[in-house]
Amino acid sequence: MPATIDLEGLGLDAGGHLLVERALAHLAPGDRLVVRGRHPTLRLHLAAWCRAEGHRLDQEATAPTVVRGSADLDRWRDARRAGRNAADVAPHASPAWGLAARGALVEPGGPPLSVDWVDRDLVWADIAPQLYAQATANQWDPATAVDWAARGPVPDDVEDAVVQVMTYLVENEQAALMIPARLLSRLHPHYREVMQLLAAQAADEARHVEIFTRRALLHRDVLGLSGAGGRASLQTLLEEPDFTLASFLLSVLGEGSFLDLLHFLHRHAPDGVTADVTRLAARDEARHVAFGVAHTAHVVRADPGFLSRLRTAVERRHAALADTAGLNKQVFDALVILAAGSWEPAAIARGWQEVLRLQETMDSGRRRRLEYIGFPADEAAALSALHTRNFM
Amino acid sequence: MTGTLLLGAVAYDPKVVTIWEGFRSWFGDHGLDVDYLLYSHYDRQVEDLIAGRIDLAWNSPLAWIRAERMARARGLALRAVAMRDTDRDLRSLVVVRADADLHSVADLRGRTVATGAVDSPQATLLPLALLRDAGLTPGGDVEVRRFDVGVGLHGDHIGGEREAAQALRAGRVDAACLIDANLLAFGREGTLPPGSVRVLAQTEPYDHCTMTAGPAADPGLVEQFGKLLFGMSYADPVARPLLDLEGLKRWLPGRTDRYAALDRAVTDTGFYDPDGAFDAGHHRP
Repeated sequence: MPATIDLEGLGLDAGGHLLVERALAHLAPGDRLVVRGRHPTLRLHLAAWCRAEGHRLDQEATAPTVVRGSADLDRWRDARRAGRNAADVAPHASPAWGLAARGALVEPGGPPLSVDWVDRDLVWADIAPQLYAQATANQWDPATAVDWAARGPVPDDVEDAVVQVMTYLVENEQAALMIPARLLSRLHPHYREVMQLLAAQAADEARHVEIFTRRALLHRDVLGLSGAGGRASLQTLLEEPDFTLASFLLSVLGEGSFLDLLHFLHRHAPDGVTADVTRLAARDEARHVAFGVAHTAHVVRADPGFLSRLRTAVERRHAALADTAGLNKQVFDALVILAAGSWEPAAIARGWQEVLRLQETMDSGRRRRLEYIGFPADEAAALSALHTRNFM
Repeated sequence: MTGTLLLGAVAYDPKVVTIWEGFRSWFGDHGLDVDYLLYSHYDRQVEDLIAGRIDLAWNSPLAWIRAERMARARGLALRAVAMRDTDRDLRSLVVVRADADLHSVADLRGRTVATGAVDSPQATLLPLALLRDAGLTPGGDVEVRRFDVGVGLHGDHIGGEREAAQALRAGRVDAACLIDANLLAFGREGTLPPGSVRVLAQTEPYDHCTMTAGPAADPGLVEQFGKLLFGMSYADPVARPLLDLEGLKRWLPGRTDRYAALDRAVTDTGFYDPDGAFDAGHHRP
């Protein structure tokens, strides 16, 4: 007795094939399925549909009868899952999985994905999923998160310093936006939490660029100066092709130092807007630093020999920047003015001391992170000292 | 085995380049040197096959009829090597609007029937033969509105059938001719919404394209070509995209006993003469 289904009045031009396919799914190739129904062109529809799908309509049978083919099974015969399930992050992601979701059953064939990083330990950090969750939970709207009405009054000569610092921050944040954007486009999407985190990081930086620009133009029509040395320093970050080295230089050393700078600016902010924008940016940057540190430590745990590559990267960058001016004079001076709050000699002396303290704080933070990653204390101190004078 | 098989195919769509470039490379990977030559219409392809300028021709059913007639007239041998599983047992239909007062082919007397291109076996030659079988003379008892899209492509271009179906739906004609697969496709895409048309008549099952080996082809190479084709598996991820593009699940041996109705239609309309030459007055692509 062959299997039978009844399509009632439904035609294959209006979804009837779904019922036929569902019934065929339970049959083996060569098995027969009798298709009953009242649609006037049921047999014609079935003949055309069977032909296209690799089944056969038995022309001799009285009732329309489909003889099951095997094309649908053949298509999936050698299909493999992209990881055991959605939660399973495979040590190696096959480019043949292409853009398939993690855990999906992947039909063989199709173009391989052209990406550079396909090994978990070269991009991963166990904390990535939590950091991504935190990143999405902490997104904020520049229009409302900053109290743009808290705009002053700020003395003219202090405002000049604010504009200069904001100009410098925008330049740095643009580099910090481009780097994760570049990295994520070369990453296998199987490691999606890392990709999502990098995307959130790029979005964070996009907001930072916006708020710093807006703060710079709050009382002025033009931005400040952009020194060649600072730009050269940032460009070395963009040129780093290795995922971990780029993440290490940008997040562990650069954004880590930047975080101290943002705290400094928040503490010495001459108005509410400056205090808000630096506070919000610092919150995001802390997350970027956390990933960079966790990821670099993950790589070093898997391969302690990687420490020497990290060391070389710092030394190479230092050598490349040895002949540049580093932080431009105007930015340094502006930080002193901001911390001083006025041009009185006593205030300037205080500001000067504050900036020296900032540099010490940055240095000790870098050393702490380098030690966490696995460097001995003396080496951490030596490497921290080689970090760019441009902070980022 | 050395030597190249030169295969002719008609470029009815830009994807034809992708298809035969893919097959060429696939055959190369399997040790057979196959190259391809693309034609803008079937008639020159058939003439080149008979003249020995190509070894194989991926022929429409009408091209097969003409090649077969030309070969017979010259005492040459042709071989139908292979066909797609989707080339077997097709039917052509004459459809009318569901609410039309037309219930048999004879009712079409004095009415207008839309067809595909002049040289479409499925949408013109075979369905019009149904009318003649019912005693109606197309162009006399029944007005024929022909949609000549892609003449020379023997109906491979779907445009003529779609325009015929659109004319039917718009009420500009009383009936339209199309292949069974397009009744389903036009229903799904909305050109002929489900329930809007009724099948007035249908042909007996017939076969469609055939891979034809011509008189110049090396029989050993053709043998190897056939063996490789029949070995192409839909389970093979390299072969599958090619099969999908060409619209089949597997290649089957060629068979030539289901072209009789078309052969008769060609004779009845004088589309080609018994030697495969164009009859005077017919459109030449």
